[in-house]
Amino acid sequence: MHWTSNIVVVLLLLGGFWLARVVSKSRFWRESAVELWRRRRTAIVVVAVFVLVALLDSIAWIGGGEGVAAYQPRSIIDRVFQPDSFREASYSAPFARTAFYGSQPLKHPGAHWFGTDILGRDVVYRALKGVRVALLIGVFTSLIVIPLALLFGVVAGYFGRRLDDAVFFVMTVLASVPSLLLLIALITVLGKGTLQVCFALGVTSWVGFCRLARGETLKLREADYVASARALGVSDARIIMRHILPNLAHLIIITFALTFTGLVLTETILSYLGVGIDGSWGQMIDQARNELSRTPVIWWNLAAAAVLLFALVLAVNTIADAMRDIADPRTRRETQ
Amino acid sequence: MSAPLSGPILAIDRLAVSFPAESGRVTVVDRVQLAIAPGETLALVGESGCGKSVTALSIMRLVPRPGRIEPDSRIRFDGRDLLSLSVPEMRALRGGQIGMIFQEPMTSLNPVTSVGRQVEEAILLHAAISAGEARRRTVELFGMVGIPEPEMRVDAYPHQLSGGLKQRVMIAMAMAMRPRLLICDEPTTALDATIRAQILELIRNLAATTGTAVLLITHDFGVVNVVADRVAVMYAGQIVEEGTREELLARPRHPYTQGLLRSIPRPEARGRRLEEIKGAVPRPGQWPAACRFHTRCPVAMAGCYIHDPACSDVSPTQRAWCHLVAEELRQ
Repeated sequence: MHWTSNIVVVLLLLGGFWLARVVSKSRFWRESAVELWRRRRTAIVVVAVFVLVALLDSIAWIGGGEGVAAYQPRSIIDRVFQPDSFREASYSAPFARTAFYGSQPLKHPGAHWFGTDILGRDVVYRALKGVRVALLIGVFTSLIVIPLALLFGVVAGYFGRRLDDAVFFVMTVLASVPSLLLLIALITVLGKGTLQVCFALGVTSWVGFCRLARGETLKLREADYVASARALGVSDARIIMRHILPNLAHLIIITFALTFTGLVLTETILSYLGVGIDGSWGQMIDQARNELSRTPVIWWNLAAAAVLLFALVLAVNTIADAMRDIADPRTRRETQ
Repeated sequence: MSAPLSGPILAIDRLAVSFPAESGRVTVVDRVQLAIAPGETLALVGESGCGKSVTALSIMRLVPRPGRIEPDSRIRFDGRDLLSLSVPEMRALRGGQIGMIFQEPMTSLNPVTSVGRQVEEAILLHAAISAGEARRRTVELFGMVGIPEPEMRVDAYPHQLSGGLKQRVMIAMAMAMRPRLLICDEPTTALDATIRAQILELIRNLAATTGTAVLLITHDFGVVNVVADRVAVMYAGQIVEEGTREELLARPRHPYTQGLLRSIPRPEARGRRLEEIKGAVPRPGQWPAACRFHTRCPVAMAGCYIHDPACSDVSPTQRAWCHLVAEELRQ
């Protein structure tokens, strides 16, 4: 398992370099990238940090450590935090020197910036482990959802008739089942795991965007420039590639951001229902739920997960917002 | 251009187009008969909804879907039967040998692609040349249609150009492959009055220098006066009168044409009430039987309510579909 994850990291890095090369070659994309950086510096830095943490958490190998840990693949984050020894007996407050209940001195006084949870695990470590899970859910599921929804939506909207009826029937059937119920059913059947949850989320969340893409295509199909393209002898496939999809680009970007953040949030709900992914922020929040009713309140578990969740969702949304403005030549700043 | 003496470039015969409605199919274009010689400009004139645009779209075989060209219609282009061509053959003809310009330059260009790119793609679609060559041709075309600073304008996006410039881009796109026939569907309706004359002038000059035949669809006799060689007048899906520009403007025979010409505002008639044709254009599907103009015709006779008018040759070049004209000619 840890090998696939390592290979994915390498592929992602190669893909990143390739993308950077492509972007730097085309004037349009280079200017867009510069403009995006100019407008959303903070958000990009935040997302970059998240991505870096997720990558560091994905590179794992066996070796080092003591006891059971010596036989398990451990990621760079694991090796930095040493969770087996860097822990307490139970709750401790941020920067505390003594335990939360009782007054025994901590093993690592003042070292837990966000305290520890009920099992004494460092909260910063747990929250950082959640980054990888969140990005996996968001990116992986979006990569299933968007091409699928786009394909069905554009084809249904453009060609209409039987194809439209077929796609619309599937969409209506999926939409008529409560999506949370369907999600739970799918996860129960497929089993609990990151890939399984991503797949289940993908199946249930493509309908909304598909309907949007279909509607927008219906509108664009009647556009004058599509009519004039037909009068120029352009084929249907080319009209879709050159006229329909580029004009859907702003929708795709916005939807990517919304599904990405929406999926991360949905996973939180799944964790609350007990079918989420292990190690996610949703689980942290779910566990923190009980702690809020204690006196004095134990808030740091919830706070750590919520702050990271909020930062990621906000950063991705603001970047997507700026990207939409930049990708559309009508709202793009004039660069002469 | 070695235009053959024989044969028009475009010959339409018995064209009928119908759309489905609650009460069976409604024919919106009926028994249309037209011919355009190479290098000639024919203006197709009529009120909104009389079937001008549908006639133009039929030539391109782009009648929107539930609509259908009736099976015994004939459209011959350069000797080939357009209605029996395969879809790829037809596609090669569109934009290649037949160009089309639409009414709305504002929305006829893709907003997210530069205008030069769009013209280049139109060229690359029909000519096997390199991208660099296509760009060079685009700049040349932009110069030809009178776009100032063509080297800079090719990188502009549609929203950065004025309506007149956009229409020039559309003309460049339609003329890119030197078509034998250019169809202009109300090319100046959406433009300012000052730009209108320039665009018409441009179309006329291009047609003259390249020998392209032009089918110009308009509802504006001012436009007809500037560019047309011949004029065909349409009413309720049918052609009612056809002739050279001089004939039709000076000696219109059909009561509808006469009415249209009388209702043009004139400086000497200032202060007086403008003449109009009584009544309103009937909607498709509610067209009267026999002569479709009889409900509004000031000189309708008993026969007009009973028989479809036949074609009467007023002169070798002028024809009208009217009982009264036929009667007058018999005497």
